Amino acid sequence: MAGNLQFDLVSPERRLASVQASEVQIPGAAGDLTAMEGHAATITTLRPGILRAISAEGTKSYVVTGGFAEISAAGVSVLAERAVPLEELTGPLMDQLIADASEATAVAVDKDVADKAMSDLLAMKAAAGF
Amino acid sequence: MPSLKALKNRIGSVKNTRKITKAMQMVAAAKLRRAQEAAVAGRPYAERMNAVMASLAAGVGASESAPKLLAGNGRDQVHLLVVMTAERGLCGGFNSSIVKLARARATELTAQGKTVKILTVGKKGREQLKRDWAQAFTSHVDLTEVKRIGYANAQSIAREVLAAFEAGEADVVTIFYNRFQSVIAQIPTMQQIIPAKFEGGSAEALYDYEPSEEAILADLLPRSVATQIFTALLENGASEQGARMSAMDNATRNAGDMINKLTIQYNRSRQAAITKELIEIISGAEAL
Repeated sequence: MAGNLQFDLVSPERRLASVQASEVQIPGAAGDLTAMEGHAATITTLRPGILRAISAEGTKSYVVTGGFAEISAAGVSVLAERAVPLEELTGPLMDQLIADASEATAVAVDKDVADKAMSDLLAMKAAAGF
Repeated sequence: MPSLKALKNRIGSVKNTRKITKAMQMVAAAKLRRAQEAAVAGRPYAERMNAVMASLAAGVGASESAPKLLAGNGRDQVHLLVVMTAERGLCGGFNSSIVKLARARATELTAQGKTVKILTVGKKGREQLKRDWAQAFTSHVDLTEVKRIGYANAQSIAREVLAAFEAGEADVVTIFYNRFQSVIAQIPTMQQIIPAKFEGGSAEALYDYEPSEEAILADLLPRSVATQIFTALLENGASEQGARMSAMDNATRNAGDMINKLTIQYNRSRQAAITKELIEIISGAEAL
């Protein structure tokens, strides 16, 4: 039985979760990663995707649009720019996220990065089942 | 000596004023609670962000490849002052104290031969600064329609500030806001956000960085600007309600005092009129 680690998910506006989790699956910018107890201390940026925290009570999924995650001996803290529990994600909200992203793409200096964020977002939309 | 009728009207009008200020105070108290909750809810994010930025900055800051947002663009000629005030008045010295600080800073910078640009957030600050600094205004952010300040508001301000920095139109960016300490104390605060300054950075925590330290820093710096602006907006929101609450509390109390004073005056005049009438009757009767 793997040990638990402290998982915190905060957005600028509120704290969404602060629980003990056995593993946390993070959509990192350079690829997905799973943090478990004893993971090497890492800081990674996030891409739009689905974040999963698996704990004794089950799996909680969140949709995140960007930000970063800090994995340390103390636990995992994810600072997401926007985070929504997966079950609260609705079609209109998804559309709004995409609209925001396309707005950002229009003004972005770095087109590649913005396009990548957009395609990640669309992939996330597919994964979330919309 | 005003007539009895005039006094009565006066008392009536002060009573109405008291009702209004009392209502405003209660509204401010309710809003203050919400604003405080929002400020508290936003704190964990800002703190973590700051901690990570501080450790990143300590690692990368010294090197030559440090991002411009952190190291500056090598000049400090053009200063952009972001002055955050309220959209409404009747909140005591809240707006004036921010404007006073901003004005002092602007004067100081001009004396040093720097160029000052001002971006105002909130109508009141713009009105107060218009007389002396209208030529320094670059743009204005109107939050009148915003009921609840969201991160998106901060992001749009941050975008504007960052665009100005990228375009070389500003070298140093400072924000002005009121830090909320308590209902009766708000501290006008000046905070430099570009080039970024982080406190207490130490490179002792060894992290793996994915992608690279520099890439993360470049990604996070604009976010950190938005976060700092967001924190300032929230603090300002709480301060505004706190200031309004105490200002309205004072106004209510003053109105109460005034009513007491006027009532005494009213009673005395009435008594004087009665006494006068009595004397007239008595002296009339005596004269017979």
